[in-house]
Amino acid sequence: MAGATDLLVHWPIRPEAQDKTYLDLSAISELRPFRWTDVSLHIGALTTYWDILRDPQTRAEFPLLHEAARQVGAIQIQSRGTWAGNIANGSPAADGVPVLLAYDASVVLTSMAGSREIPLREYYTGYRNSVRRSDELITSIILPRRRYDFSVFHKVGARRAQAITKVGIAVTREAGARAANPWRVVASSVAATVRRCPAIEAFLASGALVRVPSDFFASIDADIRPIDDIRSTASYRRTVLARLLYHSLRGVSATVV
Amino acid sequence: MLRIEGLSKLCGAERYLDDEPLEGPLKGCLWGMTVRSPVSRGRIRDIVYGAGFNWSEFVVVTPDDIPGPNETYLIENDQPVLAPGYVRHMHEPVALIAHADRDLLRRALASIRVQVDPEPPVLDFRVPPRPEQIQRGTDNVIKQLRICKGDVEKVFATAPIIVEGEYETGAQEHVYIENNAMAAWIEDGPAGDVVVVRGSMQCPYYVLNAVKHALKRDETRVRIMQSPTGGGFGGKEDYPSTIALHAALLALKAQKPVKIVYDRSEDMAATTKRHPSLVRHKTAVDRNGRLLAQKIEVILDGGAYVTLSPVVLSRGIIHAAGPYSCDHVLIEGRAMLTNSVPYGAFRGFGAPQTIFAVERHMDRIAQKLGISPLEVRRVNLLKDGQTTSTQQTICGGTDRHALLERALGETDYARLLAQAEEFNREHPYLRRGVGIATVLHGAGFTGNGEVYLNSKVDVAGLPDGRLEVLAASTEMGQGTNTVFTRLAADAADYATDDVLVGMPDTFRVPNSGPTVASRTVMVVGKLIERAISDLAAQLGGGGSPLRGKALKDAIIAWHRVNGGGSLKARATYTPPPNVKFDDKKYIGDAYATFAWGVCVAHVEVDLRTAAVRVLHFTSLQDIGKVINPTLARGQVQGGTVQAIGWALSEELKFKDGGMANNSLTNYIIPTSDDVPPIRVLFHENPYEHGGGGAKGVGELPMDGPAPAILNAVAHATGCDPLAIPLTPERLMPLLEATP
Amino acid sequence: MNSNAAHKPVCAESDAITIAFTLNGKSHTAKVAPGERLLDTLRYGLALTGTKEGCGEGECGACTVLLDGLPANSCLVPAFQVRGRDVRTIESIPAERLGPLLESGATQCGACTPGVVMTAAWIRDHRSELQSFTTRALMAGNLCRCTGYDGIIDGLERWIASESGGRS
Ligand SMILES: Cc1cc2nc3c(=O)[nH]c(=O)nc-3n(C[C@H](O)[C@H](O)[C@H](O)COP(=O)(O)OP(=O)(O)OC[C@H]3O[C@@H](n4cnc5c(N)ncnc54)[C@H](O)[C@@H]3O)c2cc1C
Ligand code: FES
Ligand code: FES
Repeated sequence: MAGATDLLVHWPIRPEAQDKTYLDLSAISELRPFRWTDVSLHIGALTTYWDILRDPQTRAEFPLLHEAARQVGAIQIQSRGTWAGNIANGSPAADGVPVLLAYDASVVLTSMAGSREIPLREYYTGYRNSVRRSDELITSIILPRRRYDFSVFHKVGARRAQAITKVGIAVTREAGARAANPWRVVASSVAATVRRCPAIEAFLASGALVRVPSDFFASIDADIRPIDDIRSTASYRRTVLARLLYHSLRGVSATVV
Repeated sequence: MLRIEGLSKLCGAERYLDDEPLEGPLKGCLWGMTVRSPVSRGRIRDIVYGAGFNWSEFVVVTPDDIPGPNETYLIENDQPVLAPGYVRHMHEPVALIAHADRDLLRRALASIRVQVDPEPPVLDFRVPPRPEQIQRGTDNVIKQLRICKGDVEKVFATAPIIVEGEYETGAQEHVYIENNAMAAWIEDGPAGDVVVVRGSMQCPYYVLNAVKHALKRDETRVRIMQSPTGGGFGGKEDYPSTIALHAALLALKAQKPVKIVYDRSEDMAATTKRHPSLVRHKTAVDRNGRLLAQKIEVILDGGAYVTLSPVVLSRGIIHAAGPYSCDHVLIEGRAMLTNSVPYGAFRGFGAPQTIFAVERHMDRIAQKLGISPLEVRRVNLLKDGQTTSTQQTICGGTDRHALLERALGETDYARLLAQAEEFNREHPYLRRGVGIATVLHGAGFTGNGEVYLNSKVDVAGLPDGRLEVLAASTEMGQGTNTVFTRLAADAADYATDDVLVGMPDTFRVPNSGPTVASRTVMVVGKLIERAISDLAAQLGGGGSPLRGKALKDAIIAWHRVNGGGSLKARATYTPPPNVKFDDKKYIGDAYATFAWGVCVAHVEVDLRTAAVRVLHFTSLQDIGKVINPTLARGQVQGGTVQAIGWALSEELKFKDGGMANNSLTNYIIPTSDDVPPIRVLFHENPYEHGGGGAKGVGELPMDGPAPAILNAVAHATGCDPLAIPLTPERLMPLLEATP
Repeated sequence: MNSNAAHKPVCAESDAITIAFTLNGKSHTAKVAPGERLLDTLRYGLALTGTKEGCGEGECGACTVLLDGLPANSCLVPAFQVRGRDVRTIESIPAERLGPLLESGATQCGACTPGVVMTAAWIRDHRSELQSFTTRALMAGNLCRCTGYDGIIDGLERWIASESGGRS
């Protein structure tokens, strides 16, 4: 456990959670800081949202980290919640995960047997399931330093703070033609995990003209399958995703008019 | 004057029930918990206590342990204290357990299985019940009420224009931040043991009556004390009687003190909520928008027991026609029995539901006629001398037309409107709109309610010359103690430091009636003034009543002479002159007076997400004399924000008849970032029969915001929302269907 | 031992964890159960009942304390995690300083109030670093059902003005 902001929710009335065994990381000070190399940003296992929010350099290079961190819970959660905990918790409604995915982050998993680095996009295998073995910890998150000429994060919750995401997007476009497709489109709360949307990315790169939000529906439907739950409805999620994409990219992408 | 207990609250020193040290009467206190029904309706086959627990260590209470009738004393006494073999709603209390170790108790509780043979529940109050769903009379109707003025059908037959509409409002959870909490213990008394209950409550005498009834004791052997109460809003009006009885039953069985403190999810799932409503309007108007006939049908979901539904319905129908003049009005209301948690009191008590409907309907009439929402109100707002639906002649000198014009002027309404329209032409996906609502709220109990209540207040002169106000009216955040102190000090010409307000304790204070219906300052405050003037007259010995230092000296002198005696004066309610109400026919003066208000909402709708944001909100209120501006403003601002939540985000989700989103994470009340500053304006017109000239302020703020906001959304987007909460999920399909 | 401790979470003696931490400026040791929340330690173990429980799910902020100087929900802090750290509760704030919040009507029923005051105290002490946030956004982790928030926001602004430059 790190900030325990997921783990301790309704703790007294969850005896099943109390009966498990936890390893507390909070006192390992080495895991707290984040650090820069020439090519990447390393977020520690105990780095909190507030740690990032206070840092001007991350804001300049990775503005979506700030956007997301600002919209997580409120200060009481930002001060304690960690980026690694957000990944490990595995909620499809997580707000840290989509922006990390949009920046092509990878995750360092460490066990007594050693460490391995895997791309975050390959981390989840299903609803609250991942490739992480039970003897592994997330010890850091690595973000490659690249130039982006566009990035946006939208969180749609039931209120402006202290809200669980009903539908969210994180979109980046890498500057320069290094990658085959410069677009990264990530959607949250519309599938079993937060996920990249390859069909939408391909659609954006295809040059097809987008004149109304509903032009996104075909690629949205290829990527995700939202559900009805106590927080929202499938049809709302699908409609909002299309509208957010359209209005965010209008004028940004030459094809969205 | 600053809030009396304010600093103690700010620095965390105020002791709510769960903060009390476990010493004195609470020494050795056990925790109590409630075994609840897992289904909405059915016959209990068995209660199976889980393996792995030494149940002899636990105190267990079942209906057999109830000394008197297994009934919660209220209007009809149909709600059992513990379900006697048959459950009528999900989470209904079935049995009680207690133990000193709270975690162990929680695990033990989770191990208990209540086995029920389910029967078909009624989960939708809007559709007529099927035969196998009938549980009351022949039609599940809890209460039916009717107001009839003139002859609507005759008007409809020849009316030039008829506008119809159907409006719905959802349930609302109170979300007082202090959850329900109650402790009970047994003390020795002169006439045998005394059951003492202390806790979070609005109405100590309701609790007293309930405990007396089910424990078969008289008031010398039951003592109810209020502890500081962290919010109520109606949610601690009747339900605390149930919790008090539960704590008392456990304490009697254990012969030890027992404390029941609900956690948030239990409090949300199991306690009362605001009544959901369906209101149908059929209105005949002329081309200028004048109301010719109003036919209104009001249906409330009453939940599984009668509780307070008949009176909520009553207030609901009386407010259903709005603050308008119309010669022909027919209002028919009914409250339906369903298998939901019993719906109960909530700030406004039925009025916000029907006012939502009429105020949306007025805008839709204007729309249909192509006139402005202001015009339709200007044409119809009551003038002094005109009558309401119950044929009560309105007088009192408040000019509702002037109120409306003032609100328009203060908000620069015309400019807001023009700016919104300009903004909407430019912006790709944001739409702004302005909406208005004109409202009324009857102050105090409905009809002859205050006469039946027969409220009493004592004021005692203490040996040191100070005055103590003894009333059962509770402080729960709304400022009772501060205002009582002010009124008493003014009446006696005392410094406020020389006035005490006693904590409600049924061994010490007389029944000043429940702390509900915005009646506390107006009705009880007036009694305080009268008791003081009686005391002053008594001591003045026939001369002019004593005030200030003379009064203080006389009190001290009295005690010197009558050492150890108690010097008290009592005032008992007398109705204002010429107030008459026929509660069979619903004709006459439904309330001694009304408070009036105008709300202006300025909203922004995000077409990408269908989220509605209130940008500005102004509330103009005529509440008689404003006794304490900070407290009164706080009531209006707090009520407005509660109403904004009800209008936009507070939605109860049900699963099998039980609340599925019973957490603060999933039941969405506004945060500070969701609401704008609420601008409050007062119109002062002192009411001669109210304490300090005041009418009620507690509930009026709840009435206007929802319709004003929906009217603004309609203006912003051109769509026609008819139901609240207007969540984005509900608005999006309307937007999609609007060209 | 204070009497509230009778209602503290219990555990086997061998499982209890002894922690040393700073509480309201003084060093302190406490014995806590592994499953004990800081909120329980404060309210029951130490009888510091100013910190309230409104939800137990991190949503309402009534349980807010300052942990190493930052607002945290004590219902979501395992008690053993405060080992070696600095905890400040509402009991550390003298009533005399709260006048501006009283005048503005920042408290009504008072159940949310201690948490509100803790967050407000943090905002006031760090105003210059928090320029990029609105007060309403910073206060959003403290739900209040009574005031509609105006009394709180106004009170905080008065508080900042009345003690500008001053620190607690
Ligand atoms: C009121 C409230 C509001 C919230 N709002 C948001 C929000 O807006 N957006 C959002 O995304 N989340 C939100 N959350 C959820 C939570 O705060 C975040 O997911 C947070 O990032 C979790 O981090 P943590 O350190 O507190 O995790 P913990 O609770 O400590 O752990 C979470 C899970 O991850 C595991 N874990 C933690 N660290 C590691 C590690 N290094 N290696 C392996 N496993 C690990 C734990 O065992 C546990 O299963 C909210 C929570 C609350 C209570
Ligand atoms: S009790 Fe901790 S946030 Fe509500
Ligand atoms: S003052 Fe009552 S909840 Fe804030």
